[in-house]
Amino acid sequence: MRGMTVIVKTIASWVKVLIFVFGIYIILFGHLTPGGGFAGGVILASSYVLLMLAFGREFVQENLPSAAASRLDCLGAFLFAMIATLGLAFGGSFFVNYLYQKYLPGEPLHLVSAGTIPLSNIAIGLKVGASLFLVIFTLSVFCKDLRCKEPEADSEIGTSAGEKE
Amino acid sequence: MAIFYILLIFMIIAAIIAVETKDLLSSVICIGAIGFGASLMFLFLRAPDIAITQIVVEVLGLIILIRATISRDLTFISGDREFFGTVVSVVIIAVIFLSGMKALETKSFHEIQETRQLHPQAVALPDFGTPIYDVTPGAASQKYIQEGLEKTGAANLVASVILDFRAYDTLGEATVLFTSIIGATVILRIRSKKLLEEPE
Repeated sequence: MRGMTVIVKTIASWVKVLIFVFGIYIILFGHLTPGGGFAGGVILASSYVLLMLAFGREFVQENLPSAAASRLDCLGAFLFAMIATLGLAFGGSFFVNYLYQKYLPGEPLHLVSAGTIPLSNIAIGLKVGASLFLVIFTLSVFCKDLRCKEPEADSEIGTSAGEKE
Repeated sequence: MAIFYILLIFMIIAAIIAVETKDLLSSVICIGAIGFGASLMFLFLRAPDIAITQIVVEVLGLIILIRATISRDLTFISGDREFFGTVVSVVIIAVIFLSGMKALETKSFHEIQETRQLHPQAVALPDFGTPIYDVTPGAASQKYIQEGLEKTGAANLVASVILDFRAYDTLGEATVLFTSIIGATVILRIRSKKLLEEPE
């Protein structure tokens, strides 16, 4: 799997930045405009999926190894649980919006507002993006693994699959 | 209202083609058409949050399905359906459809008001596309809409509901995703299989 043609690679290298920035925008403005952590995280993951389709799996593996992705996944889940647990310490109950109620009320309709909601959006976006990237990466690795074993089992099918690639 | 019926008929036709066609790739493309129709419908029902999530997840799922489909040599289904299985599924779908029609039976506003005066506990489902706070005075969603901005400070009420009022749901969703990723990476990893093969 060496990737696709030059046209696809060029277009993908232009578009990937736009998709990534759009995902960050969706996450950061989730408390003001439609969107949120889940949708933004999926958009972040899809920018990496575009890279994986256009340039091949090895290219993505160098840029974002699966170990780093699983660490990002764990970090997102930990941050979300931490924000919820800190509500127990500062606000008195689990998941209470302590930042908005006590420390940082902010101005409504501005970027810094709504207390813990943007922080939770960032944590969920990190988590969802990393985990959906991991899903597709793992499935792709698994698919390649199965295809590698086919030639040993049946030589005729193996040669036809090899010519196709 | 006509746009909803057009979209519904489009989605039903796409679903029938997806089930009936012999070619796996066109079946996957029809599933994509259903998803985009659903996304358009959410947009016309004034739910942009759901529409964004739907279209994005649909694209990602389509990529996975198309990659899985074209990586196989055989993309055509051979063989006939079982008669008994088809009959059972058609009967089940008909029962669900009829009970859905019964539940969504359109009632006018005055009719609902009269029913509520007679039976205060009775709640009817509102018309398709009508928010439930229009017909139920004590609905929880009414409270969220009135006090959401004041209590959470978030301009997007959907974000204030899923991350403040109903944050436990989001925690559960995140846990489900996390657990499924752990299961997938543990089952599908290569290294363990190599370790298992080496002693042989």
